[in-house]
Amino acid sequence: MKEAPSPVEFPDAIRTEHIVKRYGAVTALRDVSMHLRKGEVLGLVGDNGAGKSTFIKILTGFVQPDGGEVFVNEEPVKLRSVSYAHSLGIETVYQDLALVNELSVYHNMFLNRELRQFPLPFLNNRKMRELARDHLRKMGVNIPSVDVEVAKLSGGQRQAIAIARAVYTDAKILLLDEPLAAMGAKEGALILELIHNLKVMGEVSIIMIAHNYAQVLETCDRVNLLQHGTITFDKPVAETSLDELNELVMREYRVGATKTPTKS
Amino acid sequence: MAETTLSNAPTPETGHPPEPAGKSFWTRLGSIILRQREVSILVVAIVLVIYFQISSSNFLTNDNIRVIFQFVSATAIISAGEAMLLICGEIDLSVGQVFALAAFIMYFVNQAGLPLWVGIIAGLLVSAVVGLFNGVVTVWFKIPSLISTLGTQFLLNGITLTISMGEPEITPAGGQINQVMGLNPYSEIAWAVAVMVVVQVILSFTRWGKHTVATGGNLLGASEAGVNVSRVKIGNFMLASTLAGLAGILEAFRIDSVDPLAGGTTIMFSAVAGAVIGGTALSGGLGTVVGAFLGVLALSILRDGFLLLGVNAFTFDIILGVAILIAMILNVRLRIWREAGRQ
Repeated sequence: MKEAPSPVEFPDAIRTEHIVKRYGAVTALRDVSMHLRKGEVLGLVGDNGAGKSTFIKILTGFVQPDGGEVFVNEEPVKLRSVSYAHSLGIETVYQDLALVNELSVYHNMFLNRELRQFPLPFLNNRKMRELARDHLRKMGVNIPSVDVEVAKLSGGQRQAIAIARAVYTDAKILLLDEPLAAMGAKEGALILELIHNLKVMGEVSIIMIAHNYAQVLETCDRVNLLQHGTITFDKPVAETSLDELNELVMREYRVGATKTPTKS
Repeated sequence: MAETTLSNAPTPETGHPPEPAGKSFWTRLGSIILRQREVSILVVAIVLVIYFQISSSNFLTNDNIRVIFQFVSATAIISAGEAMLLICGEIDLSVGQVFALAAFIMYFVNQAGLPLWVGIIAGLLVSAVVGLFNGVVTVWFKIPSLISTLGTQFLLNGITLTISMGEPEITPAGGQINQVMGLNPYSEIAWAVAVMVVVQVILSFTRWGKHTVATGGNLLGASEAGVNVSRVKIGNFMLASTLAGLAGILEAFRIDSVDPLAGGTTIMFSAVAGAVIGGTALSGGLGTVVGAFLGVLALSILRDGFLLLGVNAFTFDIILGVAILIAMILNVRLRIWREAGRQ
């Protein structure tokens, strides 16, 4: 379907081959072969029910595929659990699910990785505050203060902190599930800028699920279209256009989506 | 929440919502009271003290203050553990029965010929095991703690009545231990304050405390971040139960009697009500141990004041019920006002 990239020049951070997932009689994923190069931002688009969230759940280790293979850094792996996927540096950032509203920004940044004042059991708040502030500044995340409770921040700021935390905890492959959903233009711009900053830093590779094709074209290096449980389109954003993406999705409706069962 | 836009988020310079200039002192004081739940309940307590002192000159006497301490101590100790549990999103209805059981365990161990301090430790250990049981049943079998601990409550009550054959016993005498563990009129309140300080420090300044808040505030998010939420919950069940056992043992020493019907649901509901009045959210994630202590203090002042004024016991329950309801409604309303006050 597509040419394998030269592993020397552009090694894959993660690659899947022929992933299949069924729920009873319903086939959610028929045959998903996709790859993400190191440092790349891949936009994953597709209609509701196309299998995007199932696919992301498989990469997160939350759902086990019925067939197919996953490679991380060219090594075959079995993503048997969320914590195992974490240990491989795969992290999903869900909107509004990741942070604890009642805790401060820096306590969220260090959740479960809190620094202590050895040998005392007490938290080293000063150090955590400092490190969180530095890290957020480095990533270009602008928030009033790391001391405020997350509840007091806007949706965009919270999303940015969740992403920044994932990067801080050594995530190498970030899965962003609709990072811009339910966000105003200003808020969305904040996240797109953060993703852009991450791309420039080049330490993480990103798969971003999105509905807004314009934002995908603006932010991503490459775009994949998932339809009826398989990838039907794979092009660098430079070689495609908004019209082409719209046309591809619309065609599905004109031809009739009834021929393939979808999960719903 | 998510609807908040950038424009009304806190400004970068101050880190606080922009305060309109020229606010009067009283407006600002009012806003502090509204935002800090502990301050508001403290104000209520002070107002109650002033009212009762005016109504009855006997209120601020040495003897009466000691009576208030008696009302406060055991309940406040239970309330500290209950606050931690509520913050992590659970509740324990069986603490009142652990209260009675722990004292009997101490009594029987001592009767078996072992020193009194061994009995005390045995009582606390059994309490911790009950907490472990509550936690495991709740977490592993995914039963809401409201139900699982309701079961434990009946179970423990039955066990205590069985082993005691329904008869109260005289608390064993062990000299200095009795004084330290509650016979001295100020020892129980000293224990209560010490417990409050220690548990509040755990909540505010340790990983355990932050994980407790995270577990109650966002269970899924906390476990996604790798927090062992099951361990946090089970641990807090054990803490609440152990503190209830401690309160029961202290009370047995204070009144010099081990009573199978001591504690019960009355003390449990007082402890929960105190925690909630003190600003702990029943939904989890929010609350302080200091607030729970002050909540119990306010309830105790109310109860004692009514006694002094000679309010009929039946009337007292009516007024207490209304007072708790008002406090609960305020609990919810105040949070809405506070959130509105942020913007």
